[in-house]
Amino acid sequence: MSHKSLAMFDPVLVKPAIVDSFCKLNPAVQWRNPVMFVVYVGSLLTTALWVQALGGAADAPAGFILAIALWLWFTVLFANFAEALAEGRSKAQAASLRGLKKETWAKKLKGSHATAEWTTVSATDLHKGDFVLVHAGEIIPADGEVIEGVASVDESAITGESAPVIRESGGDFSAVTGGTRVLSDWIVVRVTANPGETFVDRMIAMVENAKRQKTPNEIALTILLVALTIVFLVVTVTLLPYSMFSVDVSQAGTPISITVLIALLVCLIPTTIAGLLSAIGVAGMSRMMQANVIATSGRAVEAAGDVDVLLLDKTGTITLGNRQASAFLMAERVSEAELADAAQLASLADETPEGRSIVVLAKQKFNLRERDIHALNASFVHFSAHTRMSGVDLGDRQIRKGAAGAISSHVESLGGSFPALVTTLVDEVARRGSTPLVVADGARVLGVVELKDVVKGCIKERFAELRRMGIKTVMITGDNRLTAAAIAAEAGVDDFLAEATPENKLALIRQHQSEGRLVAMTGDGTNDAPALAQADVAVAMNTGTQAAKEAGNMVDLDSNPTKLIEIVETGKQMLMTRGSLTTFSIANDVAKYFAIIPAAFITTYPQLAALNIMHLASPASAILSAVVFNALIIMFLIPLALKGVRYRPLGARVLLRRNLLVYGLGGLVTPFVGIKLIDLIIAGTGLA
Amino acid sequence: MGPVASQEAIKMLGTNGGGFFNANSAHPYENPTPLSNFVQMLSIFLIPGALCLTFGRIVGDTRQGWAVLAAMTLMFVVMAVIAMHYEQAGNPLLGRLGVDIGAGNMEGKETRFGTFDSGLFATITTLASCGAVNAMHDSFTPMGGFVPLWNMMLGEVVFGGVGSGLYGMLLFAVMAVFIAGLMIGRTPEYLGKKIEAYEMKMVSIAILITPFLALVGTATTVMTADGLAGIANPGAHGFSEILYAFTSAANNNGSAFAGLSANTPFYNVMTAIAMWFGRFGVIVPVLALAGTLAAKKRIAASAGTMPTHGPLFVVLLIGTVVLVGALNYVPALALGPVIEHLTLFAVY
Repeated sequence: MSHKSLAMFDPVLVKPAIVDSFCKLNPAVQWRNPVMFVVYVGSLLTTALWVQALGGAADAPAGFILAIALWLWFTVLFANFAEALAEGRSKAQAASLRGLKKETWAKKLKGSHATAEWTTVSATDLHKGDFVLVHAGEIIPADGEVIEGVASVDESAITGESAPVIRESGGDFSAVTGGTRVLSDWIVVRVTANPGETFVDRMIAMVENAKRQKTPNEIALTILLVALTIVFLVVTVTLLPYSMFSVDVSQAGTPISITVLIALLVCLIPTTIAGLLSAIGVAGMSRMMQANVIATSGRAVEAAGDVDVLLLDKTGTITLGNRQASAFLMAERVSEAELADAAQLASLADETPEGRSIVVLAKQKFNLRERDIHALNASFVHFSAHTRMSGVDLGDRQIRKGAAGAISSHVESLGGSFPALVTTLVDEVARRGSTPLVVADGARVLGVVELKDVVKGCIKERFAELRRMGIKTVMITGDNRLTAAAIAAEAGVDDFLAEATPENKLALIRQHQSEGRLVAMTGDGTNDAPALAQADVAVAMNTGTQAAKEAGNMVDLDSNPTKLIEIVETGKQMLMTRGSLTTFSIANDVAKYFAIIPAAFITTYPQLAALNIMHLASPASAILSAVVFNALIIMFLIPLALKGVRYRPLGARVLLRRNLLVYGLGGLVTPFVGIKLIDLIIAGTGLA
Repeated sequence: MGPVASQEAIKMLGTNGGGFFNANSAHPYENPTPLSNFVQMLSIFLIPGALCLTFGRIVGDTRQGWAVLAAMTLMFVVMAVIAMHYEQAGNPLLGRLGVDIGAGNMEGKETRFGTFDSGLFATITTLASCGAVNAMHDSFTPMGGFVPLWNMMLGEVVFGGVGSGLYGMLLFAVMAVFIAGLMIGRTPEYLGKKIEAYEMKMVSIAILITPFLALVGTATTVMTADGLAGIANPGAHGFSEILYAFTSAANNNGSAFAGLSANTPFYNVMTAIAMWFGRFGVIVPVLALAGTLAAKKRIAASAGTMPTHGPLFVVLLIGTVVLVGALNYVPALALGPVIEHLTLFAVY
């Protein structure tokens, strides 16, 4: 997806968000957030009190009631704005996906073969099990599986990757996505999704929040917030009789006014976190989206934060996809230059990454340039499954490279013999976790080229980081134990599974789960599907099969297995943001009590002025300042809610101490400063 | 006359608190010497304190028990010091009149105990769910009286009772873990058990039921003639007495600010309701919580798991208990003991 990253308060997003904030004043929408609904009712009540005050019957000055009512409305609107802004950002991301949904036409086949008759139908009329024919230049009308033909497909609309990919029937590259374009050849596709249920549909629905359900942790947190709200409701309601009693017995002052009680209630209930909770959830999904990962549910994003074990495929994740030539090991009476020269010649026409890496190594070591192959009168022998060798014929000179066994029988057939030293070299290379490639010139064995699995740069540091986060990494590979152990040690993973099969992969996941751990893995092949379905967080590669995508709960559009680490961090970030803002919100209440309690009862008990430790100018300005602070803090925290609290790969203990200091202690202190500042402004301008 | 000594052991060890004589442990037959006083205080905390370690053993990690015990002990020490300090400081008004207040506030106290032993006893009996008294709490200084009141308001979770005590602190532990656990980027867990929506519902009910009863009970009383009739000390102290009565009843403590004439049909019915719901309203959700947690799979701990032992958790636990207590009761306290204290010292 090519989305330009929008600034936090980009006018393009802010304008519709402001409009949306007002649309969300609908009680049915407010009801979904019980805490904010209380503020909403409070706003209505104070507005009614103001109208009553205009008529002359009031328990507080009309101007004061109006100011409180207005700021309560602002509190509701600010919370709405936070949610609308988060949704707006997601929608902007979804807009690029929506482009894929334009009306397309399909050639619907009567049978399952390309030769069958076809009729033109709208893509929206296709159902599961239909067959369609797609030619070069046409758009694939629906998600499906290739059952006939081979074609190159431009999937850049989904993945952002401009290089076309090959899609063919059978195997792991048979899945196609609706909305992508066939560039060459033709394919027959069996439709696997009904209209409205395609991958793109689900992605849009996900991103647009239409189907956003509260995640389990969000529900648990909401229960806590509602419980706190109920308590504060009891605290404020009972305060009225207490106040009346106090006025009675001390024969001084007036009972607390309803306006002040509502102001106190709104200040005490956890509006900050309640107002930002849904924005945090939407922003979490949105951040996944920015990393080009589509989560099929918010629950999956949340689970990502809890992962204890990461299963990572060796190839492509831990090592670069291909083996690379790393050394020339000579047979007796052969110079390294001679071996390099022969190996380079044998590899000139070899377009595999291994072949190219031999050419590169020869150039690095002996500055051997690529030669004009026509001048050499060369004819190339390509690799075949039968000979298991490749090479070049230069006149009557035969240069071959291949596995030890293949070269051995080759030289013996030419009357030569396979030297014992080379056999030793081959064994040594294999023990190091590398692949030996033997080079022969005619019947003479020249030596061995070591093809090494190259561990990705920085991957060791990433694993160390994960270890500090308390996450165990397990490398999955089809290699034998010896090779696997060597690479595992080099990459610094905690454990490895060698000679992996779908069965023992599944068994490994089950074993970890039975020990009470949450497992994350990536996969792309159909044979990964059972393991993906079993894993708690399963990221399917977008290049993978439909079966893999169905089994997973996230799809990585970039098909980059290292992404799993980012996914875990995003999940953690979302939970951390939630926890930090909850702590902040609750800790804020202490300062609000110090502002409001003395102000509310000072007419009855003048001694309470001792509690006015902020030295706020007047009771009215104190109460108003607390309400204003309570509203403004939501606005100030919107960027934090959307960006998320930064995750640092520290241990739980350090992280907790740090966040407790910042959000716990910060939450205690900040409102004292904030309320005092607002009070200075209000008193300075003579508003109250 | 009767078998006083044997009843004393039951009264104290069982954190029951109902005395053989009306004067309770202030009576010389129940509590004759400073030594017997010490033994009685120790008896109150003995079993509840030991249960923390039992808990540690049962969950298979004694450090968990020590952490809970450490949090309790720290809070106990701070509260005891406050109560003893203000009782020893005495009444400044009397001091100004030239009375020697060197012995502290001795009104309603036994001379054989003095301010220290009385302040300490009052702290202990209200932190635990005991309610036995060796001095008249109603005659304490405002801050000295605030301490027992506040101790009960915390939910009697510091040591707590014998039959029902430790669970109160564990409820707060679950709540602390829920909020702090999120801050480290994991869905919360305590002792390897995930804390989810159902658990939070039960914890919320259990923690909030007693403040609800105490606050609403007090509000109802100050609004009714029957309630107001019981007040012997009009003014802020009268309010404190009512608040104390309902806090004590809702938390099943049993001690009282005895200036309130509470032996009337109105008070008996009201406090009985508070006692019944205050006890069973907590026990039922706690049992539900225990059941659901027991049924859950235990999650393995890793470096990414929040540690629930060690000083950081102790601080967190204390912070949660104090913050929840403060948020619930600050307005009520401001109109009771706080204003009494400010008035006393403002005049001085």
